[in-house]
Amino acid sequence: MESIAGNTVKTKAFKEKANKILGISPEDARLSKSYLTVAFIALLLGGFLGLLQGLNRAGMLELPTWLNYYQVLTAHGLLLVVVLSAFFTIGYFYAGLSHTLGGLLPKVRKMAWIGFWMKMFGFVLAVIPILMNEASVMYTFYPPMAASPIFYIGLVFIVLGIWMCSFGAFINVASWRKANPGQHIPILSFFATGVFVLLFFGSLPVAIEVFMIIPWAFGWVETINVMVARTLFWAFGHTLVNIWYMTAISAWYVIVPKIIDGHRWSDLLTRIVVIALVIMNITGGFHHQIVDPGISESVKYMHVFMSLAIGFPSLMTAYAMFAVFERTARKKGGKGLIGWFKKMPWGDVRFLAPFIAMAAFIPAGAGGIVQSTNQLNQVVHNTMWVVGHFHLTLGMTVVMTFFGISYWLVPYLSKRVLTPQINKLGIVQTIVWTLGMVMMSFAMHWAGLLGSPRRTSYTTYNDNATALGWDPYLFFLAIGGTLLMIGVLMQVYAVFNMMFFAPKGVTEFPIADEEEGAAPTPKWTERWGLWIVLMLALVAMAYVIPLVGFLVDAPPGSPPFKTW
Amino acid sequence: MHRSEKVWLLLSFGMIIGFMLITGYQAFALGMGPPSHEERIDPQKVDETAPFDRPGITKIGENEYEVVMTLQIFSFTPNQIEVPAGSTVHFTLTSKDVVHGFQVADTNINAMVMPGYVQKISQKFEKPGEYLVLCNEYCGAGHQMMATTITVK
Repeated sequence: MESIAGNTVKTKAFKEKANKILGISPEDARLSKSYLTVAFIALLLGGFLGLLQGLNRAGMLELPTWLNYYQVLTAHGLLLVVVLSAFFTIGYFYAGLSHTLGGLLPKVRKMAWIGFWMKMFGFVLAVIPILMNEASVMYTFYPPMAASPIFYIGLVFIVLGIWMCSFGAFINVASWRKANPGQHIPILSFFATGVFVLLFFGSLPVAIEVFMIIPWAFGWVETINVMVARTLFWAFGHTLVNIWYMTAISAWYVIVPKIIDGHRWSDLLTRIVVIALVIMNITGGFHHQIVDPGISESVKYMHVFMSLAIGFPSLMTAYAMFAVFERTARKKGGKGLIGWFKKMPWGDVRFLAPFIAMAAFIPAGAGGIVQSTNQLNQVVHNTMWVVGHFHLTLGMTVVMTFFGISYWLVPYLSKRVLTPQINKLGIVQTIVWTLGMVMMSFAMHWAGLLGSPRRTSYTTYNDNATALGWDPYLFFLAIGGTLLMIGVLMQVYAVFNMMFFAPKGVTEFPIADEEEGAAPTPKWTERWGLWIVLMLALVAMAYVIPLVGFLVDAPPGSPPFKTW
Repeated sequence: MHRSEKVWLLLSFGMIIGFMLITGYQAFALGMGPPSHEERIDPQKVDETAPFDRPGITKIGENEYEVVMTLQIFSFTPNQIEVPAGSTVHFTLTSKDVVHGFQVADTNINAMVMPGYVQKISQKFEKPGEYLVLCNEYCGAGHQMMATTITVK
């Protein structure tokens, strides 16, 4: 199929084949392994801090004064929602780009390394003030709470590092497109393109916010516009988590069908899901501001629609996944309305973990729809319900998919194999993690419905009867958190075993093919310029009215406060 | 596209539109929309600005009360509110420092209170009892102590 005229095309095609047979080049492997190493160390640290919180929240553990609950919570959030996810996503997609595009260009590899060290440097800068209790401002750092300026400078470097990786990916994809005119970007690289487009455009608003904050945190300007800062934050804050979700579904569409020995779902529909998620994502963050003052009800109503619209591609995904499972299982002789389920490879952790991750997205997505709907949001806003929600979406759907990926990606990179022992460990890990998360997030959802607030250290509000009624649920939360810590230890052990100690061997990068005789995908799916224009148009529709309102009719600003 | 997929996508689309219609009907026809008051205030001059220069509770009608309240680290002013059962209470809120949340457990009261903005929310208290009022937005070291009660007799 690559036998088109042109020498560059031929060498390129040759390199791609060589890559598939010989595996990833040592340079590209080192890059991805470094990213994954940081990701799983972040999981270990962040998981441990999570355990401390869970135990404190249930009233079972008193934290020392030099490491208080809000410091722990700030670090837990940053480690898991930024470091683990960003480093895993970049490590995974760079391996995917290398595999599907015939290796990374040397300059792209260099950019990814510069990005790596910028993020590490930024992260160290951000963590120092957190440890010194100079930045207990949470992942959201809402002004007018002001952390040490060093914290925000650290964030700038993290964002710049992410941009470096985004542009590296764009350059590599563009060069491949030039060498392969008229061809579709390989599907995994198509996902990668979408993810990096969103990482760049999604982090623009927070970059603007941080540039507003820095001179104010230094005291060079006296006051800040709190609503502009908050709105810019949420244009980023929710996009980020949706990017991690999109990374997870790339594995569902592209990898999982291969693992179960089946074919990919319709290439066209897969690409439409990617395009829809790219166009609609950024505006979804507004549902975090449904009970804010200063925004009219009609603007909020428009945003309900924009948030709910993101549910549609996810519902497309739900159908696609179960259709692939059923088709594959029936081919293997599966019978009956649900009897074919038995034909799925339940004993293979590379399937089991992402499968449970998908199943978790059914309640997680439903909870998300609840939260983005005006009146229902008001019932659960800022309660433990929300914490339960994003532990289902991120802690199960995303992270369990990442775990499932690690069982082939890490041995692929280290040129080792997944042994039956590690596979078994992975199965047990998956079960432990599932039990822990189900227990914890159910307790969180329920306590939240009863009114227990999020981001609050252990308190009975002077032995208030209502607050005391939440305690049994918080106890469940602590048990779930303890199970999760055991899961973290097992997972981190498995990753480093596969990276350094497992037997040498060849592990395949599992990319499923399309069904035989599938209709060719139309060319318009490759019009990335158009998708970006549509995305920006939607962002303008969503944000011009409220932002102009906050800027033109601004109240006097707020000075910085350090309230911890 | 398979027929079952068309049906599924149609149902998905219908569900989202259904959510939209119900939400819209409740918000605009039944007046159940989320708290969205748009008035501005100088956050550094709250104490001198009416009505917050005199925070407190006023009876404004038969079974109707207005509560003017400021939120500041880590308290609510006024912090003791008592109303008879069956009364409707209109809260007018603002923050004197950082971002706070105003939540009353066992009711649908839940609103962000931002410095620079006046927020309003109303609630009818039918059942007698002691309602827990708490701040649900992290506001600093004493956030977990920021609470008070509303007594409904």
